[in-house]
Amino acid sequence: MTKRSAGNFDWLLIILFLALVSIGWINIYSASLDPEVVSGSFDFANLYTKQFVWIVLSFVLIVFILFLDAKFFERFASVIYICSLLSLLGLYVFGKEISGATSWYDLGGFSIQPSEFAKAATALALAKYLSDIQTDVASFQHQLRAFLIIALPAIFIIPQPDPGSAIVYAAFFFPLYREGLSGIYLIIGMSIIALFVATLAVGPLYVCGGIVLITIGLFLLKRKKRASASMYFILPIVCMGFVFSVNYIFQNVFEQRHRDRFNVVLGKEVDAKAIGYNTQQSEIAIGSGGWTGRGFLKGTQTTGNFVPEQHTDYIFSTVGEEWGFLGSTFVVFLFVALMIRIIFLAEKQKNQFSRIYGYSVAGILFIHFLINIGMVTGIFPTVGIPLPFFSYGGSGLWGFTILLFIFVRLDGNRLNEW
Amino acid sequence: MRKLLLFTIVLISGFAFTGRLLYLQVLDDSFVGMSENNAIKRVYDYPQRGHIYDRDGNLLVSNQPSYDVMVIPREVKPFDTLEFCGLLKMDKEKLMERLDKACVYSPRLPSVIIPQLTKSEFAYLQEKMRKYEGFYIQKRSLRDYQIKYGANFLGYIAEVNNRDIKKNPYYQSGDLIGRQGVEEYYEDALHGVKGVKYIQKDRFNRDIGPYKNGSLDTLPQKGKDLNLTIDSELQKYGEELMKNKRGGIVALEPSTGQMLALVAAPNYDPDLLVGRERSKNFTDLYLDSISKPLFDRVLKGEYSPGSPFKTLNALIALQEGVVDTNEAFACHGGYRYGRGRLFGCHHHKSPLSMVQGIAYSCNAYFANVYLRTIEKYPTPQEGIDAWKKHLESFGLNQYMGYDLPNGSKGKIPGSELYDRVYPNHNWYSTATISNSIGQGEVMTTPMQLANVTAAIANRGWFYTPHIIKSIEGDTAKIPIEYRTKHITTIEPKYFEPVIEGMAQVYDYGTAASLQIPGIEMCGKTGTSENYTKINGNRMQLTDHSIFVAFAPKDNPKIAIAVFVENGYWGSRYAGRIASLMAEKYIKGKITRTDLQDWVLNHSLEEEYEKPLSGKPFPINDGKKISGKLLKDDKKISGKL
Repeated sequence: MTKRSAGNFDWLLIILFLALVSIGWINIYSASLDPEVVSGSFDFANLYTKQFVWIVLSFVLIVFILFLDAKFFERFASVIYICSLLSLLGLYVFGKEISGATSWYDLGGFSIQPSEFAKAATALALAKYLSDIQTDVASFQHQLRAFLIIALPAIFIIPQPDPGSAIVYAAFFFPLYREGLSGIYLIIGMSIIALFVATLAVGPLYVCGGIVLITIGLFLLKRKKRASASMYFILPIVCMGFVFSVNYIFQNVFEQRHRDRFNVVLGKEVDAKAIGYNTQQSEIAIGSGGWTGRGFLKGTQTTGNFVPEQHTDYIFSTVGEEWGFLGSTFVVFLFVALMIRIIFLAEKQKNQFSRIYGYSVAGILFIHFLINIGMVTGIFPTVGIPLPFFSYGGSGLWGFTILLFIFVRLDGNRLNEW
Repeated sequence: MRKLLLFTIVLISGFAFTGRLLYLQVLDDSFVGMSENNAIKRVYDYPQRGHIYDRDGNLLVSNQPSYDVMVIPREVKPFDTLEFCGLLKMDKEKLMERLDKACVYSPRLPSVIIPQLTKSEFAYLQEKMRKYEGFYIQKRSLRDYQIKYGANFLGYIAEVNNRDIKKNPYYQSGDLIGRQGVEEYYEDALHGVKGVKYIQKDRFNRDIGPYKNGSLDTLPQKGKDLNLTIDSELQKYGEELMKNKRGGIVALEPSTGQMLALVAAPNYDPDLLVGRERSKNFTDLYLDSISKPLFDRVLKGEYSPGSPFKTLNALIALQEGVVDTNEAFACHGGYRYGRGRLFGCHHHKSPLSMVQGIAYSCNAYFANVYLRTIEKYPTPQEGIDAWKKHLESFGLNQYMGYDLPNGSKGKIPGSELYDRVYPNHNWYSTATISNSIGQGEVMTTPMQLANVTAAIANRGWFYTPHIIKSIEGDTAKIPIEYRTKHITTIEPKYFEPVIEGMAQVYDYGTAASLQIPGIEMCGKTGTSENYTKINGNRMQLTDHSIFVAFAPKDNPKIAIAVFVENGYWGSRYAGRIASLMAEKYIKGKITRTDLQDWVLNHSLEEEYEKPLSGKPFPINDGKKISGKLLKDDKKISGKL
């Protein structure tokens, strides 16, 4: 057992965490306040009261995590991971269905969503596997195993159905890449997404025309023309093949609601009451904020409950409406600061396990941040994932708290390693 | 490199979101209004519409409450239909039918079940209304007419249409707006200002209390009361006189330009366009294509002015210096010109100078005078344009700018018109000779002719006729254009001989029997030919009876123009009516009851039926048979 003192923990991270959680709670209060009930009462029926209790309990968790030995997490990573997988599988037997998804365990009075905790477990397992002296990220076989560690929980989560939470597992690309995964995966992944979206937006013929032009352009610019025939011949054809299969995938693999969401973002459908209603209302709420917002509890969209799921996935629209441009950019700044601080600290880790875990934390937070705020501001299609520390929900809050504070604990051990 | 990837894209996305937020919240302000509409409902409190009084302060139009029984289908609980039907005096099938209809329209929004209950029906129902959940009574304000006449200038109120809403954002669907007459022209003053209550709503359209604790709410402001220049007694009397006749009476106060009476016949009871039967009544009036009660003959009707127009030709000739008051012209049954063409006249002594020419209404005299005026100039084009300019200074050939929303321009021909009709430009003054007696191309509305009479009575000036006397008792609020004198192009000294002639019309001329005892009157008869098209054939109808008059001769109090369609010669109907109207206004009572009874008892309905019979019919008291093709070029018959 190493000597532990409060000074070892990164207080900047803790302050950013406290700021996000408290600002988040203020906005949940505003979004869930029932205007017909006298404001400020702490009835346990109120969502903001519940959230307050979750926050208080999360402090207990924090203390518990910080008192555990840093080595505990590395040592028990696999056990935690397997427990987490079992908890996800158990949903198919004991799960409780809430709004169409069987993602919760009913623990009498409150519900627990294991997928929120699985992220931290997967991060630990991946960090443990990659930091193993025998693992070589460059080897294909080891890459495959790493992918399997990441993919298993995602595969268990998708059919719940909760595809939004599964998308988060893309975040583990960042630690993998940091540890030496070939950039080609990034290029392939990005290309697939770009081709997919471009085909939906402008149609396959234009995209093929673009591919041909780029290929010819590259060919003319390159000096060694014979160097790689595949580059100029096979690759464009594969791309074009993919482009022409996009429509098939879109029509047959995706469900109608997913297609609708894409179409709304691509501007192909404007339908305020049905598909794009959430996004539309959320944009109205944010847009009416102006420079400084309407003020706390003064947002008409917020108090009028115009934005569905406003206290959960759409909580950022409350920030936008009531606190305006200044308030919402401040929140964006807090998130960016938190993530950059984590990356900065991760880079300083002497221990590979801690570094990979830190990168996983930053990646997970980033994916949530990107998709959630992108969705609320109308840039991305609707994907139901929460905004870390902000969105209402005990499991989510605890999940992120555990995720973050394991890193705080690991980081706190950095100086004692020597 | 690998260390920087996540770091870089975190920063990039941070900046991207800042940019997106800047766009949504600061640069693009289209969302602000949207969120207002979304979350805040405006509830309007309607003010009372302004009252309308006559020139003496008698109330003409006020408001009455009316009560609609409304229903919100979703909130209806099972109720005793039998008792409810008994209260509403309707059968059950009808009630169920209307409930179904309301449900189809919207289960959440109110629909009218029974419109416009009277006060007594409402009182009875009010007691029991609480028993029927989902039903309630909506109070509205309707017009309450104290008079049964004057519909043509009062106008009516109706629900706004989409065009009104687009034009003026003040209005919303279901609001009332003035249509026609004073109600339309003074709509802005009459409607007052709506009060607004802002109610905050949630996504399910439930009220969640006043917005900003009601600090933005406003109280309604009552509409402004108007005093009209109309003399309601005179107006009423005029409408009685015009019963069973078509045409119009305009009476003006020459010294101010105020309209004393605007009688359009046939007229209708303004009360017809109020209440439960409104739309049925309106349809009836609208579809009456024979007597056209909604057509305002006083302001929109264009007629050949006939002989009263001669007074203007006399004034122009004097001003142009082509004739003096002593020069006499011979008349042997008319004026002969061209190759054997006769411009006919009736029997009177000959030769005549100006005063007698007016008194006897000699066509030959005015043919001579008119031709001299035109021929004074080197070309007929210049001549006729100079003549036209004088006439326009009397308010002819233009919408006069009075404060009623209806009107016609009338027509005074100029060189442009004749150049178009005779493309080689080889036309001479005689081609326009009908203008000398107010026939041919000349057209005026009764309002214009009354204004001409007022200008003559004033010896050369007039105020634009107007119907507004004061707004909220304040005469200073009347637009400045009704307080600005218009001077005609004729010098005052030239009016005296013409007025003398008009006085002698009553002494020994064409209206010798119509003098009001004790008042020196001036007038001029008119009998104008008119035609209609029946099955594509141009057919002549009985002449219009026209009369203009002012009285007394010095310091005139009233100037009047009367048109009676197909009333035959001028003094027959129009002259009598003008005389009675002037007496009524000046003396306040009628001494010549025999004259009054004659007018009241004579109907022209028979005359109006003739062209509809489909057979050839006699006109002008059987002196002519209409229906044969008219060779109107051979002989233009002028009338007195």
